[in-house]
Amino acid sequence: MAKNTESNLYTILFATGMVVVVGALLAFLASSLKEKITENKRIEKQQNILYAMGVNENDETSVEFVSKSIVGSEFSKYITKQLVITGTDAVEDENAYLIDLKKEEAASKAENRERKLPLFIGNKENVQYYIIPVRGKGLWDAIWGYVAIDNQLVVQGVYFDHAGETPGLGSNIKERFFMDDFKGEHFLDGDLFKGISVSKGNADPKNLDKTDFEVDAIAGSTITGDGLAAMLKKDLKMYVPYLKTLKQ
Amino acid sequence: MGLLSKKDLKLITDPLADDNPITIQVLGICSALAITAELKASIVMSVAVLFVLGVGNVVISLMRNIIPSKIRIIVQLIVVATLVIIVDLVLKAFAYELSKTLSVFVGLIITNCIIMGRFEAFALANGPWKSFLDGIGNSLGYAVILIIVGFFRELLGSGTLLGIKVLGDPIEKTGVYAFGYENNGFMLLAPMALITVGIIIWVQRSRNTSLIEDN
Repeated sequence: MAKNTESNLYTILFATGMVVVVGALLAFLASSLKEKITENKRIEKQQNILYAMGVNENDETSVEFVSKSIVGSEFSKYITKQLVITGTDAVEDENAYLIDLKKEEAASKAENRERKLPLFIGNKENVQYYIIPVRGKGLWDAIWGYVAIDNQLVVQGVYFDHAGETPGLGSNIKERFFMDDFKGEHFLDGDLFKGISVSKGNADPKNLDKTDFEVDAIAGSTITGDGLAAMLKKDLKMYVPYLKTLKQ
Repeated sequence: MGLLSKKDLKLITDPLADDNPITIQVLGICSALAITAELKASIVMSVAVLFVLGVGNVVISLMRNIIPSKIRIIVQLIVVATLVIIVDLVLKAFAYELSKTLSVFVGLIITNCIIMGRFEAFALANGPWKSFLDGIGNSLGYAVILIIVGFFRELLGSGTLLGIKVLGDPIEKTGVYAFGYENNGFMLLAPMALITVGIIIWVQRSRNTSLIEDN
């Protein structure tokens, strides 16, 4: 009674059937959940941007965003302006935060034009924050983040995230002990762009020296740290021409 | 008496010690080395594997009579990958924060040899209920080792447990650090995980000499 599961015909039919069933199932699920997932990602972006400028519900050590239910109203309250920068020109665009950095980078290269750079301007307790989105490569996958600076171009807060860094090692870039080190760091030496390095030998574990352009690295995550420093160097640099116009 | 017969119970208890997937069957070593730098990651990974191996074993066991043996490995791979992707998608839609925590584990689960190993060695030859128990038993055995390794690596490497500074603050020099104790950064790297697993194997075999292969 048992079918001959060894025959070539059966094997091919089984493989075909399996691919069709699994493919259909996953495609159906992905397309029916797509809307919800996109919405979650949009909310997350708003939470991340607010987090970088210090609008969050952190206690001493936790990373806590403003809650999902109020993030929309908080975002419009604190983010006063969203700009799209090309060179030193800036155009207002209230959906600038939805620009996909990866796609924009590819498109600008393909069309051989200058990149459109989103910049978010926040205001909290009468302090202006300029929040810059960054994106780069870690050890295994993409890393990205938001860097909030004040009008003196000093870092006031950051938020980093990653797609697949090693749990317990590289994944710690989104922990407080690492992100908080960036507060107060400078990335310009006078007029010269320096970036911020993630360094192993800076002999400054308490991070007291804020003008050394370095923060203390995480043990066991050298490549993630280097990728993060490279990301900051590359992406912050693009904003420098425009940021310098703010300083005057 | 009870829900489980003696034989069924053995399916769960054997992998905890004398037939442990990591120390005896040498399955799932890669993830045991990769993600045990922190106790929390070890626990999350253990729970994820418990779920995937439990369900996966049942699915493979139900399909065991219709899978052509020539392509069985590919079929197993598709089953695990599909399961994991479905869970990932559903979490992304309905429990986004949880999915953020788990997303880095997805790749590690699909390629975890403990899953394919149990499909191949057990689920293909046994019924769904037994396969389910085997899946649970083996993932618990896997969890035990992951948690022991994660405990020692986090404690000795970072001086913390689940992120709590149990040994004091290394920068402010409080707790044991006041007496000149230093964290061993080497514990955070994969080689020390291998050595820790090695020590566990050594302890286990010296307590139960029947596990030593004679040659």
